[in-house]
Amino acid sequence: MTVLTRRGVLLSTAAAITFAGSASTTWAQDIKELVIAYNVNLPSWNPTVGASAVNPTIQGLYQSVFDLFIAQDTDLTQTAGLITDWGWNADKTKVHMTVRDGVTWHNGDPLTAEDVAWSLERAADPEGGNPIQFIWSTIGNFAIDGNKITGDVLRFEPTIFKWMSFLTGYVLPKAYMEKVGADGFEAAPIGTGPYMVEKYERNAFVRLKANDNYWGGAPEFKSVTIKFVTDAAGRVAEVESGNAHVTLEMPYEEYDRLKGGALMGTAAPVSDIGMIFFNDIDAMTDPNVRKAAVMAVNKTAIVDRLLSGYGVPIDTLQTPDYAAYDASVTTPYDPDGAKALLAKSGYSVDNPVKFTIQTTRGFKPKDYEIIQAIVGLWRKVGIEAEIEVYEIAKHYELRAADTLAPAAFYNWGNSIGDPTTSTGFAMFGPSPHSVWDGEDLTGMIGPLWGEADDAKRIAGWKAVDRHIAENALVLPLFQYVQPILHAPGVKVVPHASGALLPHLMTRA
Amino acid sequence: MSLLLQILSRLMTMAVTLFGVAVIVFFVIRVVPGNPIAMMLPPGASVEDIARLEALYGFDKSIPEQFYIWLSGVLQGDFGTSITARQPVLDLVLSRLPATLELSVMALLIAIIMGGFMALAGTRMRGTKTEAIVDVTNGVALSVPDFLWGLVLVLLFGVLWPVFHISGRVSPALDLPFVTHFYLIESLLRLRFDIMADLLSHMFMPALALAIPLAAVIAQLLKQSLKETLHLDYVTLARTQGYSENQVILREALPNAVLPTLTLIGVQFTFLIGGTVIIERLFSYEGLGNMAIDAVINRDLPLIQGIVIMFALIFTVVNRLVDLTYALLNPRLRNG
Repeated sequence: MTVLTRRGVLLSTAAAITFAGSASTTWAQDIKELVIAYNVNLPSWNPTVGASAVNPTIQGLYQSVFDLFIAQDTDLTQTAGLITDWGWNADKTKVHMTVRDGVTWHNGDPLTAEDVAWSLERAADPEGGNPIQFIWSTIGNFAIDGNKITGDVLRFEPTIFKWMSFLTGYVLPKAYMEKVGADGFEAAPIGTGPYMVEKYERNAFVRLKANDNYWGGAPEFKSVTIKFVTDAAGRVAEVESGNAHVTLEMPYEEYDRLKGGALMGTAAPVSDIGMIFFNDIDAMTDPNVRKAAVMAVNKTAIVDRLLSGYGVPIDTLQTPDYAAYDASVTTPYDPDGAKALLAKSGYSVDNPVKFTIQTTRGFKPKDYEIIQAIVGLWRKVGIEAEIEVYEIAKHYELRAADTLAPAAFYNWGNSIGDPTTSTGFAMFGPSPHSVWDGEDLTGMIGPLWGEADDAKRIAGWKAVDRHIAENALVLPLFQYVQPILHAPGVKVVPHASGALLPHLMTRA
Repeated sequence: MSLLLQILSRLMTMAVTLFGVAVIVFFVIRVVPGNPIAMMLPPGASVEDIARLEALYGFDKSIPEQFYIWLSGVLQGDFGTSITARQPVLDLVLSRLPATLELSVMALLIAIIMGGFMALAGTRMRGTKTEAIVDVTNGVALSVPDFLWGLVLVLLFGVLWPVFHISGRVSPALDLPFVTHFYLIESLLRLRFDIMADLLSHMFMPALALAIPLAAVIAQLLKQSLKETLHLDYVTLARTQGYSENQVILREALPNAVLPTLTLIGVQFTFLIGGTVIIERLFSYEGLGNMAIDAVINRDLPLIQGIVIMFALIFTVVNRLVDLTYALLNPRLRNG
């Protein structure tokens, strides 16, 4: 039998202290190296191809290393970036761009206008795998003169420059990529962004080093480690224990619990909304049912009670910071009005109209609970909805095939704030993202795609939103608020796009 | 049948099993809802854009055609390219497999030590309060799932008394001078105890969470086996020869009682590897299980196929190893 000796105890204790003590080596009290617990993994360093290129949550990581063609302020307005000046000629047949002087890639090479033109051509290549190719291919035949680029408008797209601040709109290094190839770039990516990739472990972390030559000014934190902690409980534990200084996207209850203690909190609205698609099938072809379904939902109560107040109720698919937001379009909570409308179609609490509503569960904060609450509100006016839970992947598939249930919960992001990428794609019948096929709406939206007069275009979208609200073609719910927890030593500046950007963080 | 023939026969069975798994996983993940192309469609994509993306990723062909292309590649060592990571699937899987194996083996060792200790303590103190405590502890350990143990451990050793790392496999600040992905083994071989301590500190909580339920199973079975063995004649004889109770248990009863436990450990080890999927996610441990969840969320079909095949390979290899070990230990089976 093993005998416990004093020497044994001492050795075991020493070993345990060494072993356990190794955990505390990274818990610096003064923040020399900023550690962020991020909520998604980074599958690939190429920001222009594959599924990660259109994942809005990953864009914050990309924007730390690469620059967008045109920069975007924290309130979504566009500002001079690598392209400092941009626009069309008078008849909108040509585009022109001016490339910023004095910018260098992370390997020291100078950024050239050729890099920008090459990045645009590459994005437009149908064989290149860029999911937004259909937008980039609307301009081409670029000519370079010094730092000026001109190109032909191959098909007028009013939002082309807005897309230059959006998904896949990144400038990549022509010479470097041609030299190292796709695999070499994946192994050692370089950009012109505020941080350089120092070390990357897939599914684990990325360590970034400040680009002191950054054209927008050197970041304050010289070293940043972004750990990929996909589990919300794990992220909360990371900041609570001091292992990380900043994290985001945790349950609002946890946010409220922690923000007043040793940690600080920032919660600002982001360009992501909760909404319910109406598919024009079955009961949803009856305008009284749709209008009653909208009127019966108390959005303010849902935001207050289920999202702890972290949300902004909305009545159209535009949030207050979008270009086509119109505060005069409202859909007030009116349960009595809803009952009256349903009665016109022969429905009542005793004889309810029945349909299915689909929702995810756990994909977005309280998604299932919100739908449960809405179903409860509907029941009070004479709507009996059966909840069907599905995965987000199934939602995409059903929506692309136009086979969603009569009602389906979804969240819609639109970090350029243009109506085409919110109301346009969500409600235009021929779009694979829309399930509303009404010809009246398609007829209203159709001419707006190519409208060259921007004031007229925005006014047109406002009219579309009013028509949608008056006819209850969709049920907009609320704008999401992004919770960020951070150590008191860091000042975090939120970005309305939802991107958590370390170069905007400073010491408090 | 000779041992060699038995081995060959079992290798054939393994190959058939793996082929069956390959067929099932390939067809099932294409039939269940969730289209990878729909996942990456940007707003405003037209029917032509969808067709272009489908052709780019080979989804424009019929499922049997896709299977033929994929299987032909697999037989030549090409498992395809991940849709999300745009890297060869085999490279991705092999780079993460060592992390999962190291974690699983560590969990197994902890489970054996904990379970063995509890079984021996319960047997030695049978009929006393200690045995009752061991039984109750076993019951609790078994009835709480591993991910819940993980959360408890995070709270205890990650937040309240933060002595272990909560997430990841190794501290980002460390530079690893390694050539393989078996970090723990390589750090030991290179005598880099600083890195080894860091790795163990990251591994401890997920390994313990995985180990606790298995330790309870081991404790229960070993204790029962020990009790039965203690009533056999040769053990009684050992007692009459003056051996102490500890000697009787450790030298006489344990070698016989451990045999059924070994079989169980082998079988349970495969379940333990399956359990790494959730635990790796909880601790953001960069193993195969964590990668599997991302692959499923993103409907990365080639990667899902590669990971499932790798898990199936591990399961079949472990099962065969258990069979062989048991045959080697038990002459009746070897000759049967």
